[in-house]
Amino acid sequence: MDAKNLIAFRVAQEMKDGDVVNLGIGLPTLVPDYLPEDVHITLQSENGFLGLGPLNGKTLPNLVNAGGKPCGMVPGTAFFDSAMSFCIIRGGHVDVTVLGGLQVDQEGNLANWMVPGKMIPGMGGAMDLVTGAKNVIVAMEHATKEGGAKILKRCTLPLTAAKKVSAIITELAVFRFIDGKLVLTETAPGVTLDDIRARTEAEFVVSPECCEMETPREVQPV
Amino acid sequence: MSQTSKQISYAALRPRLRDGMSILFGGFLGVGTPEGIVGEILDSGVRDLTIIGNDTGTPEVGIGVLVANKRVKKVISSHIGTNAETGRQMIAGELDVELVPQGTLAERIRCGGSGLGGVLTPTGVGTIVEEGKTKLNFDGIDYLVERPLRADIAILKAHQADDKGNLVYQRAARNFNPIMALAADFVVAEVDEIVPAGAIDPDLVMTPGVLVNALILAEEN
Repeated sequence: MDAKNLIAFRVAQEMKDGDVVNLGIGLPTLVPDYLPEDVHITLQSENGFLGLGPLNGKTLPNLVNAGGKPCGMVPGTAFFDSAMSFCIIRGGHVDVTVLGGLQVDQEGNLANWMVPGKMIPGMGGAMDLVTGAKNVIVAMEHATKEGGAKILKRCTLPLTAAKKVSAIITELAVFRFIDGKLVLTETAPGVTLDDIRARTEAEFVVSPECCEMETPREVQPV
Repeated sequence: MSQTSKQISYAALRPRLRDGMSILFGGFLGVGTPEGIVGEILDSGVRDLTIIGNDTGTPEVGIGVLVANKRVKKVISSHIGTNAETGRQMIAGELDVELVPQGTLAERIRCGGSGLGGVLTPTGVGTIVEEGKTKLNFDGIDYLVERPLRADIAILKAHQADDKGNLVYQRAARNFNPIMALAADFVVAEVDEIVPAGAIDPDLVMTPGVLVNALILAEEN
């Protein structure tokens, strides 16, 4: 299983039955594939509905996800306008948002929407989601493609929101923000504390209960 | 299909279009954008437009064709990443882009059409979005004062309208359309179907017809 799917699996174990969840584009969209059988969540799509589902069979007109791709909807779906969508998001009615990150720092700051001079796509709904969701999970590969740290002492890129991140889940580790401190709570099988320190610039505390990160029990051979 | 007082042709929109005007456009990545009206604006040749909406679509889809054809002077939007031409013109200094968080954009437009002087939102606090804005603290929480947005014209896409202009949207095509119906001097909706007044269950109307000045029946493609 590749890093993205390992991360998505671990994120899925964070979900509680009944949670209202908003998933960012990319890696976070893999999360529903790994939900425990007894956990049922409702997906919020920022473009205006609750009840996003997998695309089963034929596409319906005007039914797309927040990436503009055709999608499905579950029985009991509700559509609404963008003001209502962001009332739901900012108003604390979304339990969990899962987003990718370019940088996260030890203060709980997230940067994931622009690289000055290189990539300025815009923030879309990310600033509202990170500000308003009860739990903000950053799901990302631990280091950059060049091996550089992404979990930093202080973000250098423009922030998405200040001090709002609840947890960081990578293929190597799980960190949580507890009482304003970055705390290492899980390490992936075979990964040592030194491995994590070598790939993490931020200062962090190791939880006394730090344990092995849960990974899929059976990895199906390809 | 009965001819109604609010129904006009695409061509009848021409006298309303002029250089330098501001346009609120419905849609999310083109879904819920009135493609026929966008085409009419393109064909009219007007330029130096200010366009306000969620995103700039792609160079071929949604409002993006106006950007790709260099008709736009300023974009107020939450996301431009799917239209490489928007970014290229911005970096080249040909296009002014104001990026606004999506929820803030929705509230600013709602304020613009609701008689409100602005909205207080925590979104953007501690980021570059707060630059130049008034910050207020209530009960220990910082908020940015975000000011209303209005435009000369709002172009909407709805699924169904009745003779009075009452609108029903379809699925995720609703998005910014109902809010924009409040916030422009002239509001025109492109619709798939026009039915007689009374044919839409009043409980299911999503935009009251008094907000809509004109209806255009979408051309079958």
